[in-house]
Amino acid sequence: MHMKRVVITGMGSISPFGKGVDVLIESLKANKSAVAVVPALTEIKGLRTMVAALATNVDPKEIPRKFRRSMSNMSIYATLACHEACAMGRITEAHCSSGRMGVSIGSTVGSPIATHDFYKDFLPDNTVENTRSTFFFQIMNHSCASNVVQVFGIKGRMFAPSSACSTSTQAIGYGYETIAFGKQEMMLCGGADEFHPLSAATFDIFNAASIKYNDRPHMTPRPFDRDRDGVVCAEGSGILLLESLESAVQRGVPVLAEVIGFATVSDPTNIADPDVDSIESCIRKSLLDAGVAPEEIDYVNAHATGTIQGDIAEGNAIKRVFGNRAPVSSLKGHLGHTMAASGALETIATISMMNGNYMIPTLNLDHIDPLCEGLAHIQRLEESHIEVAIKNNFALGGVNTCIVLRRYTHD
Amino acid sequence: MTDEKVIEIINSSLAEEFELDIEKMVPDALLKDDLGLDSLDRVDTVIVLEHAFKFKIREEEAIREIRTLGDIHRFVINKIRDLGEA
Repeated sequence: MHMKRVVITGMGSISPFGKGVDVLIESLKANKSAVAVVPALTEIKGLRTMVAALATNVDPKEIPRKFRRSMSNMSIYATLACHEACAMGRITEAHCSSGRMGVSIGSTVGSPIATHDFYKDFLPDNTVENTRSTFFFQIMNHSCASNVVQVFGIKGRMFAPSSACSTSTQAIGYGYETIAFGKQEMMLCGGADEFHPLSAATFDIFNAASIKYNDRPHMTPRPFDRDRDGVVCAEGSGILLLESLESAVQRGVPVLAEVIGFATVSDPTNIADPDVDSIESCIRKSLLDAGVAPEEIDYVNAHATGTIQGDIAEGNAIKRVFGNRAPVSSLKGHLGHTMAASGALETIATISMMNGNYMIPTLNLDHIDPLCEGLAHIQRLEESHIEVAIKNNFALGGVNTCIVLRRYTHD
Repeated sequence: MTDEKVIEIINSSLAEEFELDIEKMVPDALLKDDLGLDSLDRVDTVIVLEHAFKFKIREEEAIREIRTLGDIHRFVINKIRDLGEA
C-alpha cells in the first residue's frame, strides 16, 4: 500500500513563556525558567509543592464570545495556538471546510476549573440551577478538539487522544498515520492543558512533585540531576499542522520538518511507574516505523520530567538504544511539565533546533545523577547539525509514545 | 422598583453576560438576529434573570414566546408585578 509522506507546515504555541513560537524558542535558547511560586497553592492543606509554570500573555477576548463561551482555558490555549499554526501554514477557510482537513487535539482531562466551579455550586445546596448551558462543552474530554473545529469551521475527522503526558505525541502520531493512509490531507495536531491545583496535588500525593525548591523556583525541575525531586506542573498548548508532502508542495508552503515514524505502546507493568523495557520497546518500534537505525539519530528530546523513577527508567532506555552517542536533553527544566501540551511544545522546539542547527541543554542539570549517567547529556547550548531526531514521552497510566522527525530537504 | 430600573438591570445584566453592545439593546432588537443570542444563550438568559431578580422563571410558558429584548422587559416587569400582588 502506498503511504503518503507527511510533513509539518505550521506550528503554534501558548506556553509559560507567553504567546507564540518565537517567544518559546527565544526563551529556551536563553535558558530561561518559567517556573514561579503560585500563591494560591500555599493556601491548600496538605499540598507541599508551591511552584508551577503558568501560561502568560494570553488574551481570551481574541476569540469571539460565540466560540469562547464553550471554552475553558485549555480550549482557549489550543485555539490561539491553532491560529498561529494556521497562519504559518497559510491555511484558508476553504482548506478548513474542504473535508480534507481534520484535528487531533487532546487534553489530560476535561476542564478541571469548570468541573471545580460546577461542584462549588452543586455540593453545598444540591442544585444545578446556576449551571450554565455551556458547562458540558468545557468538561467533555474532546473539548479542545471540538472547540477548535467550531472556530475554524473544520469538517474532516476529529480525534481527541487523552493519555496524560503522552497525549500530544499520540495526537501527532495519529494525525501522521491518518495523512499517511490518505484519509486526510491536513491535520491540526497537538494538545493542551490548563493548570488547576489538582494537577500539582496528583503528583504531590505520589511523592513525585517537586517540593524542596519552593524558595528557589527557577532551580526546579531538574531532569537527570542528582538533586532532582520531582515534577513541576505547567500549562499551555502546542499545535502542529501536519500535511501530506504532495499537498504542501502543491500549495507552495515552506516545509518545517518531516514526520517519518511513530510508535505508541501500552505498559501493563504498573499503572504509575514507568518501565525501562516498555520505553525501550516504544523507541525501537518508532525507529522501525521510520526505517532508520539508532545510529542515524542525531538528537533525543527526552520526556524527563525530573522525577526520581522516571528519569532513571527513560535514561536507561535511551542508553540501551543509543548508548552514549545520541545527544539528549529535556526541556522540562525551562517549561515545567505542560502535560498534554508537552509533547507538541517540545516537538516544536526540536524542529526549531533541527532548522537552526543548535541543541538546547537540559536546564538545572548541574550534577548528573550516577543512575542517569552514560548518556550524551547536553548541558550547554551547542551548535550541531540534526538530520533525524526523536521526541519521546511517557505517561501515568502506562502509555508510551515516540515520534521520529527528519529535517526536510527538497528531493 | 420602577420599570426603568428593571429595564436598566436587565440590559446591564445581559450586556455583561453576553458581551453585548449597549447601543444595540433597543426594545425592538430581535434576540437572535440582532443580538446574536442562540438557543444556548436563551437558556443562560433565564439564569441571568433569575440571579438578577431572585425569582424562578424557568418553567414559565411565556418565556417560549419571547422574541425581542422588549419582550424580556415586559415579561420581567409583569413577573415582578405578579409577585408583588401575590
